[in-house]
Amino acid sequence: MMRRACIRSFRLEGRASARPGHAEACPSSPFGDLHGPLQQVAKTGWVKLARSGVAIFVVLCALLTTTGCDLRQKMWDQPSYRTYQESEFFEDGSSARPLVEGTVARGFLREDDHYYRGKVDGEFAKELPEQIEVTRELLMRGKERYNIYCSVCHDPAGYGNGMVVQRGFAEPESFHIDRLRGMPDGYYYSVITDGFGRMPGYAYQIRPSDRWAIVAYIRTLQLSQYATLDDVPETVRDDL
Amino acid sequence: MAQVFGPWANTVAKLSIVLGVFFVAAALATLDTIHRSSYVRLTGVARPQPVAFSHKHHANMGIDCRYCHTTVEEEAFANIPPTSVCMTCHTMVWADSPALEPVIESYETGEPIKWKRVHDLPDHVYFDHSAHVNKGIGCATCHGRVDEMPLVWKEQPLFMKWCLECHREPEQFIRPREEVFNMAYESPKDQHELGEHLVEEYEVKTHNHRLMDCWICHR
Repeated sequence: MMRRACIRSFRLEGRASARPGHAEACPSSPFGDLHGPLQQVAKTGWVKLARSGVAIFVVLCALLTTTGCDLRQKMWDQPSYRTYQESEFFEDGSSARPLVEGTVARGFLREDDHYYRGKVDGEFAKELPEQIEVTRELLMRGKERYNIYCSVCHDPAGYGNGMVVQRGFAEPESFHIDRLRGMPDGYYYSVITDGFGRMPGYAYQIRPSDRWAIVAYIRTLQLSQYATLDDVPETVRDDL
Repeated sequence: MAQVFGPWANTVAKLSIVLGVFFVAAALATLDTIHRSSYVRLTGVARPQPVAFSHKHHANMGIDCRYCHTTVEEEAFANIPPTSVCMTCHTMVWADSPALEPVIESYETGEPIKWKRVHDLPDHVYFDHSAHVNKGIGCATCHGRVDEMPLVWKEQPLFMKWCLECHREPEQFIRPREEVFNMAYESPKDQHELGEHLVEEYEVKTHNHRLMDCWICHR
């Protein structure tokens, strides 16, 4: 406050020098005895400008030295949690809360045994559930999902010689052996969901409708490996 | 006492104003350059991670992005897989490698691995992976060739200006949906023609070109 008062009075003096001797009342002012020349400069009004210029420069320099996070504003890092963000509030340090055991989200009751577990009366379902209609789109979706999640071990044609197997994983059985060709649709769904042998379940990665699409595609692969020329429509036989 | 400031002081004072303006401009330009530099933005700098996971190695084996980042097609956030997904293969493959010890420990204790975040948008920016992926914007368009990165680095500094380049003219960057996860995809010579067609087909610019509205990203 004191400093500001001094500067203010100094300006006044510069303009009109109406209050002689005031500068002596401000012992901290380095300009205390320089009234004459500075008065002239001040008359032009440049001092004010120069002073604010210096102030801006100093602020900018300060910013320069602290470039980076200090330039961020508070909107950048808001107090609300983002996905996977750490939390100091919860004991385990995670902002994501685990579900209370037994929680069923709305719409996820999954009562339909056939659709969600591949079983009818405790036995593997022999057919696809009624919600699943076999269309070209379904098979293409199944192909896409199969190639993402299954082909790494089962290979794109289903013989069980995928990349991960070549790197040392247990070799799965081919889909084209008689035992697996004879297995019902529900069996495949169940293995995708819960796993089998060294294969863990894929329930986390593949949602139920896609699991059925994959089942349909595996059936397509099985058909394809035993197809004869008679199965090919006459119009496209020349393309083979 | 003699005069400290002679008549020359007037010249110095006036000159200092000109120089001052220059300095302020120079300081601003320097500040801006530093602020945008890869040094501050960390673009092209591989980020060390608690596990030396190589995207290059895994992608080159033919593992699709979606095998691990399962939610990218359906949700705003592309998830980091739980360690159980790593252990799908690594119960048998490289199971004894010391590099995998933190993964195995995490799998056994349930304590998550604390990966270091590479891409961190400001909290006032809303970004939805699923919207981009389903409208024909490839992973590599923003993330670069992750399939060639041993440890991941940031390819783009993610400036708003850069986002707007595409929001203004998505025709330049859009690709067919089936090529979104193809990291090696290169835009064809007739990109503009194809782009216009895809923008139309995927309804990217319908509803009065809302892509340029502020609230699209700042909501």
